[in-house]
Amino acid sequence: MPVFDLSQTPLRALNSALHGLSAGTNDTAFEVVNPRGHHAVAVGIDSPVTVEVRGSVGYYCAGMNDGGTVTVHGSAGPGVAENMMSGTVVIEGDASQYAGATGRGGLLVIKGNAASRCGISMKGIDIVVHGSIGHMSAFMGQSGHLVVLGDAGEALGDSLYEAKLFVRGTVKSLGADCIEKPLRPEHIEKLRELLDKAGVTDVQPEEFKRYGSARKLYNFNIDNAEAY
Amino acid sequence: MCGIVGLFLKDKSLEPKLGQLLSDMLVTMTDRGPDSAGIAIYGGAADGKGKLTVQSANPATDFDGLGEALDDALGVKPAVSVKSTHAVIEVPADKLAEARAAIATLRPAIRVMGAGESVEIYKETGLPKDVVARFGVEAMSGSHGIGHTRMATESAVTTLGAHPFSTGADQCLVHNGSLSNHNNLRRELKREGMRFETENDSEVAAAYLTAEMAKGKDLGEALTGALDDLDGFFTFVVGTKSGFGVVRDPIACKPAVMAETDQYVAFGSEYRALVGLPGIETARVWEPEPATVYFWDHEKAA
Repeated sequence: MPVFDLSQTPLRALNSALHGLSAGTNDTAFEVVNPRGHHAVAVGIDSPVTVEVRGSVGYYCAGMNDGGTVTVHGSAGPGVAENMMSGTVVIEGDASQYAGATGRGGLLVIKGNAASRCGISMKGIDIVVHGSIGHMSAFMGQSGHLVVLGDAGEALGDSLYEAKLFVRGTVKSLGADCIEKPLRPEHIEKLRELLDKAGVTDVQPEEFKRYGSARKLYNFNIDNAEAY
Repeated sequence: MCGIVGLFLKDKSLEPKLGQLLSDMLVTMTDRGPDSAGIAIYGGAADGKGKLTVQSANPATDFDGLGEALDDALGVKPAVSVKSTHAVIEVPADKLAEARAAIATLRPAIRVMGAGESVEIYKETGLPKDVVARFGVEAMSGSHGIGHTRMATESAVTTLGAHPFSTGADQCLVHNGSLSNHNNLRRELKREGMRFETENDSEVAAAYLTAEMAKGKDLGEALTGALDDLDGFFTFVVGTKSGFGVVRDPIACKPAVMAETDQYVAFGSEYRALVGLPGIETARVWEPEPATVYFWDHEKAA
């Protein structure tokens, strides 16, 4: 298993090695030690490789991930798993702002709390946060699921499109055009699947409330013209 | 973008290392702000003594014979310690205002960076590692300090435009962000008698806190007031003689991370700045909440 010690080896060496993997390679498990808050650790993975990061990382860890499984045994700075395409990213600690931003697919699991703007402009990614999330989360979320076992901050789901939001705790406030919606059997089934994938065992899907778009902001409404 | 750092020691045995720890934190933040750097360090206050940190673009002429000239003016010989473009002038605390006035007359090109019983402020343009080396920050000791690496957006790259800003005795502030109501607030504060050295938005924030504390608020209360009265983006780290505070605006897009152990409270724009601190592996590390005031005080803790 290749091990990269970022206190000794430049970050470029790690990311080049990850990008250079060809199909059928035996190097399918990487380990990164001493990440020391480095930016852009393990970005741009495009093969089904496993990366274990032993410590906390800075900006944009595992960004653009396409098929890899990245686990951070620590906390992550802003923009973790930004624009993920597929695969899995697990943060054992907390995540800073805009975790999973613009993600198109894959699963992001945050075992601690996520700060503001979690899942902003999400476009298909599934995000499961074991703790709580900050303000303006899922802003303009287009599709995918955001599941929060704790509480949500102000303006959840502002200007939401079709991302589905599930919060087990309290929501400080809902953003413009975001409303509570009934939890139907298909949502319970999806929640059960996501909780299972995220390793959550002691929580029932029925404990969540669902929030989604009221669909009033989709199109320009001539009746609002005077408000501009 | 800028980088800010702060370190507030609880364990006195770390005090001789404050300059070293803070320097390392600051240099790590170079790529957030490579054009200027500055540091405010709270060393021990000697009984009855006051300190002025002053700066000159021509230290060889401005600082030459300054001690003797002040001796003539004040009737007390000050201790003048020159460090590159800066000098720390120590006088009896009750002569501080008089010394400041005398310097303005004797050497009008000299600028006062900060004054108080404990604080010393060093700031210059250039890479943080060069600024730190120029002033010998690594060898300094103290109980707490804050630092800033600047990437200028709102005003010129000059020594006076660098942070920290000090607008009151033993007070200083570093800022990451930009304020949008600073012109109006500056006018109001000038009317209340505050003095400004620059057109910089962050200096207004510092002066605002000084004015609020002059009205009897403690640091925590003044920072709470800042949330209502300052408009714009900010993460502030501020120091007073015995205190250390942090506040972020409600939008909180400027990054911040904090760490606390039995030995210290530390602040960094990024976690990278904190990785060299002793015991960071087991520290409580968290992101300060938006619109929430955090502050610590040596005197209140004692």
